[in-house]
Amino acid sequence: MEIKNASAGTLESGDILIQIGPSDHDGVQINLNSTVAYQFGEQIKKVISQTLSELGVTNVEVNATDKGALDCTIKARVTAAAVRATGHDVWA
Amino acid sequence: MFVPGNNPAMMQDAFIYGPDSIMLDLEDSVTMTEKDAARLLVHNALKTIDYGKTEMVVRVNPLNTPYGKKDVEAVVKAGVHVIRMPKTETADEIRELEAEIEKWETELGCLGRTQIMAAIESTLGVINAYEIATASKRMMGIALGAEDYCANLKAQRTPEGMELLQARQTIVVAARAAGIDALDTVYSNLNDMETFRKEVELIKTLGFDGKSIINPRQIEIVNEVFAPTEKAIEKAKTIIAAIKEAEKRGSGVIAVNGKMVDRPVVIRAQRTIDLAIASGILTQEELS
Repeated sequence: MEIKNASAGTLESGDILIQIGPSDHDGVQINLNSTVAYQFGEQIKKVISQTLSELGVTNVEVNATDKGALDCTIKARVTAAAVRATGHDVWA
Repeated sequence: MFVPGNNPAMMQDAFIYGPDSIMLDLEDSVTMTEKDAARLLVHNALKTIDYGKTEMVVRVNPLNTPYGKKDVEAVVKAGVHVIRMPKTETADEIRELEAEIEKWETELGCLGRTQIMAAIESTLGVINAYEIATASKRMMGIALGAEDYCANLKAQRTPEGMELLQARQTIVVAARAAGIDALDTVYSNLNDMETFRKEVELIKTLGFDGKSIINPRQIEIVNEVFAPTEKAIEKAKTIIAAIKEAEKRGSGVIAVNGKMVDRPVVIRAQRTIDLAIASGILTQEELS
């Protein structure tokens, strides 16, 4: 699967900015910057990696800047960034 | 209450303010470049966030755009209560939307789950209001979209709203004849609550069931205007209690305080009770 650089989301409160790009390394590498990293860092990373796994996206580098997004928002933003990066839509 | 479909913070907080209905918008408040992201955000929010008893509506993009059909798929799959069709001009547009909804409901095994609200935003839409209102058994309401309507009419919006009078009356009459709700347009000047209140009073007088709003600050005024008086609620409760008692006895005719109560009086009494509950001044528990 060819991966282009793409992003989705914003830096507004309650949102998360997801930037996805190709990686030379195997697997998904997540760099997280979050105001709530201490409390929820692992959970945020888990949602990001699960969402990418469900979409079959591997070998990518993800830069995530979180502003207190709910899990459903994280999932939506990761999916949007992945769809933009791969060109494969999730809708029929 | 309209909420932009690409604003997560507003989407997660909207129900706190207690609107009867939240309308997540994928159309005018979302730029072309963000349509894909907003669709995913709305889909995931509907699937995850517990909005309690709030009616969840999504305004999709028109089906003749590259976004409309994907919007319908996303929100039907997420279990939305109502899809709002923008800029509806003919009954065929409703039937086309219904076919799209049915396609996904059949796949999901939930045929008939999604209702439809049509926004009427043009002179042709107003002329076809009754046909639109009766185009599908899924129709739950028709709403006026005044900005586009006025542009089409070649009229300016005024505080008095004379330019909207015929459209409003046509929409209420069509909705009543079809047995569905009539919903009024938004008032966008948040700095002029006095004119907003007058507009809500006007549309209540015309017979509308509710007012579309764009900010939680407008909820209180709508509830105040639509809330029935204590005296009216007491009278309605007496009538409803009397009709229930008459039904128990198998009698269709009742009298309250020496006056005969016929069907229109009972319908108005029930509407008063419904409004009192919707306005938060009466609970179901208090009724029983």
